Amino acid sequence: MVYLTILLPLLGAIIAWIIPDNRMRPVILPVIALPHLGLTSYLLATDSVPSNGGWIWLDPLGKITLLGISVLFAVCAVYAVGYLAYRQERSNRVLCLGLLVCLAAMSLVTLCQHLGLLWVAVETTTIAMAPLIYFNRNARSIEATWKYLLICSVGIALALLGLLFLAYATHVAHQDATLLLSELLVGAPEINRGWLHAAFIFLLVGYGSKMGLAPLHTWKPDAYGEAPGMVGALLAGGLVSCAFLAIIRVYQVCLASVVEVAFFQNVLIVLGLFSMGVAAVFMARQHDFKRMLAYSSVEHVGILAIGLGLGKGALFGVLFHLLNNGLTKGVLFLSSANLHRSYGGKTTDVVQGALTRIPWSGGLFLAGFIAITGSPPFSPFISEFSIVSSAFIEGRYWVGSLFILFLAIIFIGMSLTVLPMVMGTPRDDLPATDYKDRLLTVGPPFVTILIILWLGVWPPEALLQLLRDGAAMLEIRP
Amino acid sequence: MISLADQLLVLVMLINFIMLGTSRLAFAIRAVAAQGVVLGIIPGLIHPFSGHLLVITVSMIVAKGLFIPWLINDAVRKAQIRREVEPFIGYVPTLILGAVFTTLAFVFAQKLPLAPEHRELLFVPASLATLMTGFLLLTTRKKAISQVIGYLVLENGIFIFGLLLTEAMPFMVEAAALLDLLVGVFVMGIVINHISREFSSVDTSRLQALREE
Repeated sequence: MVYLTILLPLLGAIIAWIIPDNRMRPVILPVIALPHLGLTSYLLATDSVPSNGGWIWLDPLGKITLLGISVLFAVCAVYAVGYLAYRQERSNRVLCLGLLVCLAAMSLVTLCQHLGLLWVAVETTTIAMAPLIYFNRNARSIEATWKYLLICSVGIALALLGLLFLAYATHVAHQDATLLLSELLVGAPEINRGWLHAAFIFLLVGYGSKMGLAPLHTWKPDAYGEAPGMVGALLAGGLVSCAFLAIIRVYQVCLASVVEVAFFQNVLIVLGLFSMGVAAVFMARQHDFKRMLAYSSVEHVGILAIGLGLGKGALFGVLFHLLNNGLTKGVLFLSSANLHRSYGGKTTDVVQGALTRIPWSGGLFLAGFIAITGSPPFSPFISEFSIVSSAFIEGRYWVGSLFILFLAIIFIGMSLTVLPMVMGTPRDDLPATDYKDRLLTVGPPFVTILIILWLGVWPPEALLQLLRDGAAMLEIRP
Repeated sequence: MISLADQLLVLVMLINFIMLGTSRLAFAIRAVAAQGVVLGIIPGLIHPFSGHLLVITVSMIVAKGLFIPWLINDAVRKAQIRREVEPFIGYVPTLILGAVFTTLAFVFAQKLPLAPEHRELLFVPASLATLMTGFLLLTTRKKAISQVIGYLVLENGIFIFGLLLTEAMPFMVEAAALLDLLVGVFVMGIVINHISREFSSVDTSRLQALREE
């Protein structure tokens, strides 16, 4: 049953390749994505057991990630039908194919219990995304694609080296060299410390560059800025979640090694705070709103890293934030793509008074901004609050204070860009575009913001239980 | 057989220097192909024969020795360039840097807590030296194609380390990793084509429209 989550999108990819009609082709995206979402909810409701020699197992951590990815992809897929209707000037064959291959690879990431296979899946998502960033076929997008491809490929190669170090750490400890998570967890207490530290650093750098932790985030503003909105949403919500899950898997091994856990925790916290700091600096006076969203993504991967490093009470918040961040980024990127279409530009000197010109998309962008900066009643508030409160409970006052300081700076910086965009009156010298708010382009982000509101006000018990199960897997067991 | 493998690793390190020193792209591509083939042979020397080994050896040699060089050559031909001109750091300084890094790799490998059976072998220093060469190529060269070659050298360095623990990487994962590398280089080749069409050059230092003002 779990294999269907991979096979279904692959089948869709083949069909997308065959369909000759450019107007009909995008329909395959929701036709695959919605059953995928149904399948995901079925898998979430049932208990899964390790299969295939323990290589494939949808554990609670995988379930949380799969849920986030599947919901986000379904939203983007429905949106794509509306969006691509405006982009009939170029073929969307590669785009549809790439999106579905990427969904298959992302699903595989959530299922893997073998770190080597996990690496292969993450690498596949990297390559599958590259042609999608280049959808606009211009000088700027080719530059973004090249930076993305080179930095992420090198990063992922370093992650492979880290994996080999991890396997070597078991070899030096006179165990059979292995990369199977269950065996690594059992053998972790005897594992060689030096190699484990080296492995952790390399894997963090490797997957961290994929995730966009500062200072490895340099490709991010370019790629997010030049990619079409839904690709941006999947980069910020899907690929980030996959890379973070990969880091979590490695971190599980580090936790199981019991001693010197503080080293791993501090590395994560320092990198996380640095990411938030970098985001706070670059967010201010950002004229390009898609690049601004990229820095917001850098901020949120920082929050995830900090929460993971803090451990204990923050773990629930981290896993919840993984979902919230993906969904909220979906709202922001999809509505920003609408703004981009309507104004024919993505800088603040063109885009003004969106609430007047296209009230639905402008309103959604504003709501997404309120949600992502961690304001109640939206769900990112709950996850960020539980992370920061556990920082104070643990007595890490500096971490908690810096966290709040950066959040405040980012809030101010982001509102300086967002508020003039949505408020005020539109310029009257703007050329007319054929974009109008329609059900297919406004409905998906609208549904997503409702989900975020729902999770913020009254999260379902089943989800909370799943998050608690996931957090329990990351507890330190003496 | 292990001693033969060690000698081949010396060859691999010599090829590193060839790549650092040459300005002709076609020569560098041939060198990286040769390096791939040499590395493809080594697993056969250090592990007992098996069907799995044969498949990996053959696919390594075909992929790294024939297919990837062909992909890059294709990109070179379409972009109509022959030389890497004016890298960020000149050839002689990069050669010296390469020598320094190789020496450091040997010194560093001595200090690593290696398993006793690996202490006397060249695998770890060769791996580190090749990794550093890859990084040097990636950071000092301007042409997109030289950077792809740098990436391949980096991968080769990682592969050498992987030779120490083939049992950790099951067949399927190894094959998939190789396939990912192939597709990756394929996509890079396409992107290089588009870069040369868009900018009339594959000079990545021209890629600077996107940055913070």
